[in-house]
Order: sequence, then structure tokens, then C-alpha cells
Amino acid sequence: MSRDSESRFDVLVIGGGPAGIAAAVRAAECGVRVGIVDDNPALGGQIWRTGLGNAHSDDAKRKMWSSRLPPEVMAFYGTRVFDQAAAGKLLAEDADGVRELCYANLVLATGARERFLPFPGWTLPNVMGAGGLQAMVKCGLPIRGKRVVIAGTGPLLLAVAAYLQKQGAEIAFICEPAGLVRYPGKISEGLRLKKALAGIPLATKCWPVAAHGAQALESVTISRAGKKENVSCDCLACGFHLVPNTELQALLGCRITGGYVQVDEFQQTSVSRIFCAGEPTGIGGVESALVEGEIAGLAAAGQAARARQLFGKRRKTRRFTTILDQAFRLRPELKHLPSAETIVCRCEDVSYSRLQEQQSWRAAKLHTRCGMGLCQGRICGPATEFLFGWKQDSVRPPIFPARVASMG
Amino acid sequence: MSTAAYDVVIVGAGIVGAACADEFTRRGMRVLVLDRDFVGSGATAAGMGHIVVMDDSEAQFALTRYSQQLWKSLRPQLPDDCEYEQCGTIWVAADEEELEEVRRKHAYYSQRGVPVTVLDPQALRQLEPNLRDGLSGGLLVEEDIVLYPPCAARFLMERARKCGAQIRLGVTVTHLGQGFVRLSDGAEITAGIVVNAAGAWAAELTGGIEVKKRKGHLVITDRYAGFLRHQLLELGYLKSAHSVASDSVAFNVQPRRTGQILIGSSRQYGAEHREVDQQILRRMLRRAQEYVPGLGALSAVRTWTGFRATTPDKLPLIGPSTGDKSLFLATGHEGLGITTSLATARILVDAITGAKPEILIEPYLPSRAAKESVHA
Repeated sequence: MSRDSESRFDVLVIGGGPAGIAAAVRAAECGVRVGIVDDNPALGGQIWRTGLGNAHSDDAKRKMWSSRLPPEVMAFYGTRVFDQAAAGKLLAEDADGVRELCYANLVLATGARERFLPFPGWTLPNVMGAGGLQAMVKCGLPIRGKRVVIAGTGPLLLAVAAYLQKQGAEIAFICEPAGLVRYPGKISEGLRLKKALAGIPLATKCWPVAAHGAQALESVTISRAGKKENVSCDCLACGFHLVPNTELQALLGCRITGGYVQVDEFQQTSVSRIFCAGEPTGIGGVESALVEGEIAGLAAAGQAARARQLFGKRRKTRRFTTILDQAFRLRPELKHLPSAETIVCRCEDVSYSRLQEQQSWRAAKLHTRCGMGLCQGRICGPATEFLFGWKQDSVRPPIFPARVASMG
Repeated sequence: MSTAAYDVVIVGAGIVGAACADEFTRRGMRVLVLDRDFVGSGATAAGMGHIVVMDDSEAQFALTRYSQQLWKSLRPQLPDDCEYEQCGTIWVAADEEELEEVRRKHAYYSQRGVPVTVLDPQALRQLEPNLRDGLSGGLLVEEDIVLYPPCAARFLMERARKCGAQIRLGVTVTHLGQGFVRLSDGAEITAGIVVNAAGAWAAELTGGIEVKKRKGHLVITDRYAGFLRHQLLELGYLKSAHSVASDSVAFNVQPRRTGQILIGSSRQYGAEHREVDQQILRRMLRRAQEYVPGLGALSAVRTWTGFRATTPDKLPLIGPSTGDKSLFLATGHEGLGITTSLATARILVDAITGAKPEILIEPYLPSRAAKESVHA
């Protein structure tokens, strides 16, 4: 666990999803020394590794981009950046120890996570995030013959439903709080999913209000056009759009506005030589992540002119980002789902009623322990931001739990 | 006093302000507490919550011991989330010189009725198997306590509120003294007595008092129940941590009731920013691992910093200010604010009401500062 393993890069990319891979590929083309870091055992990110994108076109894209990654690019798998040791030097940890990663230019492609909103019963076994359930099925969780309710909002839900159905799950119901269920912007994709999911009960203005079960989930009460109904099921896959991962950006001092990292036309953040691409700059999906990653990678490698050639392509994908943002805006009704006893912070077992007495996120943390657990508030933070309008605290190291020996 | 809006206005809702609010209201006074943030949001939120008897000086001993007894008597009323645990302290001796300090401390505490036990290396190992080999021994102080300060402050404040105290949070005081307090919106509130309990920020509100910020770092781990059982401190703590000249770190770790381990400590002068200082954090964690090598494999989930309110002679300022008869101070508690908050409130209110105090207030009077600075 020594710190002697130090590596230096012209361009260091954090995050191995579409944006990160594209950045690493384009930077490496310029002949500079490139490294890529991901906390999972393989590249691909949430979207490609778990097959969330699902469409054949996505699969082809994944293969194409991954094959373009030259062997000279040094990849660090299962490696988590948890702090910066000094300007231009990140600290990362893997199973064996700690590593110093030095960079001249940095591309942050840290992706997004699902947002969870608390409702009675949401902590029961077999209530899961939509993306999380898909990832678990990919890793071997048996789903054949299981009755699954899909609920919430976001670009992943229909794709998850289609995937689970293909794996033999019985999709009992899809409920979408948004007024219109569609795969925004992408007609062919939408049609394909619609066709795949034909015959499945699907309702709009509909959301889960409670999950029930003795030991594990047995049924879900949903609110549908103002009425409540009960749907029996084995699994509830539930997520409420996505939350960008911006902790590292915040730690490095990058300006963040309205939850998103501010970037210039070259994807450079407010901090010189630190670039950002993909979901942290705005939830835009794979296409947007790829082109932003390309621009960031080229710009970080000093190829501004080549980066500029991609501006037009990016402009098109940004329209999709705006549509997503509008389509998946959270309905105010979702603020009233928790009952007094509903747990909001799972790590520390903090109920909704205890949080109602608090005046800020920091006060809630200190007086109720909300957000003080292992997830460091990654789940309850965005939930309380929506429920109470609390602003998040400043980001402090370690941004992921790290061994004491790695920090000292 | 009768024309004023309140008998007492307390500025600062940390553990000291909360204890004062509780004490004043229990004596029947009309109290208002003001804080720019929330209850227990300053050093109270940042500290370890170690209720410890200390013996740097007779005055320090008297205040810490008296206050610890007050905490003990409060225990039955403290809600569960205060996480009160009488886990005891072990002062760890690394060498023969420090063992000498163990013997001195043992004699000192014993003579004053504090239950203490000298531990030989085997006994130390038995009590704390995760301490490294080769230590010389230690001193177990059985009655030392650990608690969770923000909730303790909230409990005291709530008790005061139920007895009629008013609490206004999120308001900034720009002036205090001469029988009134002025808020940032220009509003003025009159009071017979104004108490400056603003901790490390007290000197910004009352000129001429020698209270400075001393920055500290802490790290907390994931849950490892039973990994440690007592609060552990090095005896070098006295030599290193109290050196006024330079930044210092000391081995000071605490098992929380949750099974988490709180790792300290660091002391820095002149550092006014809240950011975690990599160098000092690293030194602090290395020091802790020198004593408890197994700490290295534990997962750290969070770090934070805070500011202690320090005085040149390491004793708090409790009592009337030197220039203003209506202004009282309750600040400068350094790393012992949680420990001494209850005693501070008692002797301050005793002095104001003319009640006979359990311990003398004289060593803590702000007026001593003039005399002390001659020697410093």
C-alpha cells in the first residue's frame, strides 16, 4: 500500500463510459500519452457495460469505440479516484493499494447515477433501481417468470423493460409520471421499443405510492389518473431520472451550476486544463456523451481545430439533452409520497418526519445522521434536494470511501 | 433590567450557548439565543465529544472534573441519539518517559478522587488488542465519556425552549454589548445581560479578547464494532499538541457507539480556511497508524475540519468582560468545550445570580488575561 506507483499522462481520463472511451480514443490518436481510469472491472460505463443502451446500434457503437482504443492507452480498472494530492495529481485506490496519477490535462467523464425517491416500502427487498436491476440480471440474477413493475421516469425505463422482457420477465405494468411516454427525440428507437413492449399495460400520469410485503416485495400500490390500484409483483424497478456524478469536479474546484458542470465550447471547465464530457454537463445520453468525449479528448490533446469540426454534431445532440430534461422533469406530486415513517436515508435509517424538522442539509446531517453513511449522501442527497430544496454541502475528500492507509 | 426585552441574550447556539440558555432559563430568566446558522453548527459539530478530565492546571482539572460530574448526572435525561457512552480513556505510554507521566497522572487523579488504573503492557494489550506491540503501558481513566455533541446541544436548547427560552437561528449579529445586540438587518434587541458564546468567532464581536482559531481535522471510518473500546490518546499529546508555535498532530482515536472510529487530532494556528489540508491529514493518519497499525485497512468515509477557540493560557473566558458591565463571556474553551460547557454555564449563572458556586470562577475570569499576558 505504498504511494510509489506514480504515473504521468498528457491526457488522463476519469470514467470509462462512452464519453471517457471517446475522449481516450481521440486523445490517443494525437500521439500523446493517455490513461483511462474506471472503478469497474471493465470499461463501458453504466450504459454499455450493463447493456442499458440495448439497441443493436448501441452495441455496434460500443464495439466500434472499444476497438479503437489503442493498446498504448494505459487503463486502470477497478480503480477509484478519491482525492487530489496536489494540483495535477490525483490519488486513486484499487484492491492492492494507492496510486498517484499525474496529468497535464484531465478529462472528467464521470457519468450519472439513478435518482431514487422515497415512498413507503421503497426499502423492501426486490425494490430496485431500474438500471440496477438490469445490471443484476446481466450478472446472473434469475428473472425468468418473475412479475416486474417498472415505475418512475427517465430515459432508461423503457429500455430496461424491453431487456427484462427479453430475459423472460413478465412485465406486469409500466408507470410513467410524465404526461407522455415516449423515447424522446428518437423516433426509430421509440418505435422499436414500443413494438417490443406491445401488450404490456402502460400508463402515464402514474407513479408508485407504496410497496408492500412481509419479508420482501409482494405488491405495489400505484396512483393512476388520480386513483389508487394494487398490482402484485415480485420486483419493482424504479428510478426517477438520473443525477450527474459531479463530486470529483467539485473537489477540483470546477464551477457547477444547477447541478451541472459548466464547460466552454471545448468542454473545458472553469479550471484550466480540466475538461468534462457526458452526463455531468447535462443528461444527454450516449450520442451526446460520445461527441462531447471526442471534443474533450481532442482539445485536451491540444487539437483545438479538429475538436472544432465536431461542434455541429454536438449541437444536434444537445437538442436531445433539452428534450430529456423537459420530458423527465419530476412532478411535484412525487414530493408527497413519503409518510412520516418512510426511511429517506437508508445508510443511517433516518425517517422523513425527522428530516422535516431540519432547516438545511448540513443541519440534517449533523442532527439526524442523514447522508453520513457509506454512500456519502449520494442517494439521500438528491432525494432531499428534491423533497426539501436543500443545497448539498461542500465536497470533501475522500469522495469515495478509501482505506486509511491510502489517505495517510 | 426590567425595561429590556430580555434578561439575557446569548449569541451563539453551540454547546456552550445551549448550556447557558438551559441554565439561565432554569433560574427563571427570560432568554433569547441567536445564531447565524443552526444549533451546534460550529465547533460543536466538528468536535469529538470526548468528556475528559484534564490536568494541565488545577483550574483546568477543576472545571473538567466538575463538568464531567454534571454530564453524569444529566445522563438519565439525555436522549438516545446523544450516544452517551462511558467508555473511559486510556492514555498510552510509548516509552519510559511517558510511563513516568502515567505515574504522575495516576497520583494526581487518585489524590483528587478520580478513579484511575495504571496498565502494564499486558493489561493494555488485553484491553486494546489492536494497539501495536512494544508499548510501555497506559493509564485508564474509567469515568471519561464519549457523546455526540450536536444532539447534546439540541437537547439542552430544547429543554431551554420548553422553559420559555426563545431561539432565533439564521440571524447574524453585528454588534453586542452596552445592553443590546444589533443584527445585520439593523434591528436592535435590548437585554440586561449579553453573553458572547460565539466560540472561535467571539473576538470578532468583542474587541480586545484573546481568542484565536485553532484548526483541527478529523476522519471517521465505516463501522467496525469492537475494533477499539476506549478513547485512546498518546501521552506525547501533552508535548506535541499543546505546542503553540507550530502545527502538530497527535494520536487520538475514539470508538463511536455505531462502531465507527473517529481519528484525530491536529492543531494549526493561522489556518482560517475550512479546506482539508492534505499534509496535516496525512501526518495525522500516519501518527494514528503508528499506534494502531490495523487502522490502515479500515475504510475512511469522511473528513472534516473545525475551529477551536483558544486562549493564550488554555483556559476559557467565563464571566464579566473587562470594559462592559452588561457583557459576559463564555468562550475560549479550546478542545474542551463539550466537556466544560455544563460547568461553564453553572458558574457563569452562579456569578450573575450571586449563588454559591461549586467551584471558584476566578481562574476563568476574563480580567485575568491582562495579568497573564505579562508572563506570556
